[in-house]
Amino acid sequence: MSKAAELAKAGETLTNQPSGRKNIVTNGAMQVAQRSASVTGLGAASGYHTLDRFSVDIGATASAGRFTMTQTADGPSGFANCLKLDCTTADTSIAAGEALFIQQRFEGQDLQQLKKGTSDAESVTVSFYVKGDQAATYTCELFDHDNSRAIAQSFAVTTDWNRIELTFAADTTDPLNDDNALSFELAFWLHGGSTYTGGTFSSNAWKDNVQNTRLSDSQTSFFDSTDREFFITGVQMEIGSQATNFEHRSFGEELALCYRYTQRHPSSDSGENFNTIANGFAGSATETFHFCRHYQTMRAEPSLTNNGTFRVRYRATATNVTSATTVHDPGSNMDHTFLVGTVSSTQTTGEGAVLEQGNDVDAHILLDAEL
Amino acid sequence: MNIKEAKYYNFQGAVSGIKLTLTDDTEVIVPRKVGNRHYDAILVWVDAGNTIAAAD
Repeated sequence: MSKAAELAKAGETLTNQPSGRKNIVTNGAMQVAQRSASVTGLGAASGYHTLDRFSVDIGATASAGRFTMTQTADGPSGFANCLKLDCTTADTSIAAGEALFIQQRFEGQDLQQLKKGTSDAESVTVSFYVKGDQAATYTCELFDHDNSRAIAQSFAVTTDWNRIELTFAADTTDPLNDDNALSFELAFWLHGGSTYTGGTFSSNAWKDNVQNTRLSDSQTSFFDSTDREFFITGVQMEIGSQATNFEHRSFGEELALCYRYTQRHPSSDSGENFNTIANGFAGSATETFHFCRHYQTMRAEPSLTNNGTFRVRYRATATNVTSATTVHDPGSNMDHTFLVGTVSSTQTTGEGAVLEQGNDVDAHILLDAEL
Repeated sequence: MNIKEAKYYNFQGAVSGIKLTLTDDTEVIVPRKVGNRHYDAILVWVDAGNTIAAAD
């Protein structure tokens, strides 16, 4: 081996050696999907649908385009899963305010190491694996919500898995807030109307946000054909100008990180029914009170969505909950949620009662403290 | 967030939270805490001239 090759090898080793947690992105290998592994007919509204921490934003005006979003068992070597978008309804009549981007949002307190807004501000490198059904050009954007500033770069997609490595300049203007609110966003733009194009797109340059400069004129529209597919995995965002190997974390580690933002109770579809959700007691003749302890402290007091049917076990007798459980918000916080169930039977106040799934293996409550 | 309607609900005679219905008819039980993304969206929706319905 030549001296140059030895030095290159040594440099590679130094670059890729483990050095503590480096990937700021959660669930970058697309392992965790508490809500669902697949949802069809998306495109009418923004929101979280499948893979944890990755939301879809459709902008101010919904496109007529529709797509299916899935956690798909596909990926480059070393990755078992990816996020897949499959266009099912095309839209070639694009209104100005239409958009489609996949994003992950961050709390400002988790990004103080970027030193944004200081003379020591760090550059950030984003890397990810992508492929499509055909060639395309999309846009990766970092957006500072605290100060409405943005930086973006285009990237190319082919029909093969390719790793994209994009180093974004440091921003010495405007710091991020040190709190648990939305401060920062990593976004992958797949579609945008004239609201977001037509201005001067300056690649890799931080600027106060001007909407019509967010996308370049070479941006592909994901909605231009029902043949369109987009696959992404191995998403990593790290400090510095070097894209290093993807930091693989265990499923348990990723799930624990996701729990700060979303929790499903019971935790997963065990294939069995009647799993316990929360202990409690009869609060009145027809109401039961339950304290659902969160798996870990959530980012904020969560919202609740009921999915399926539930029942209450009281004195060894199970009684169906007759309406969806509700949250008593003065009694809830980031550590637990106070649930109220309504039953038709007459109970003795103070006696124990357990909230559990009904005869429904998929029944669960979803707690949402996402950004 | 596409909001269809929002309505207070009571617990033991006092307002306890908001039942939010999205345009896809998903129903979300929302605590009245700033920082919760659903509640923040409701506040924006109210600022736009909409009204949270009274509890039954």
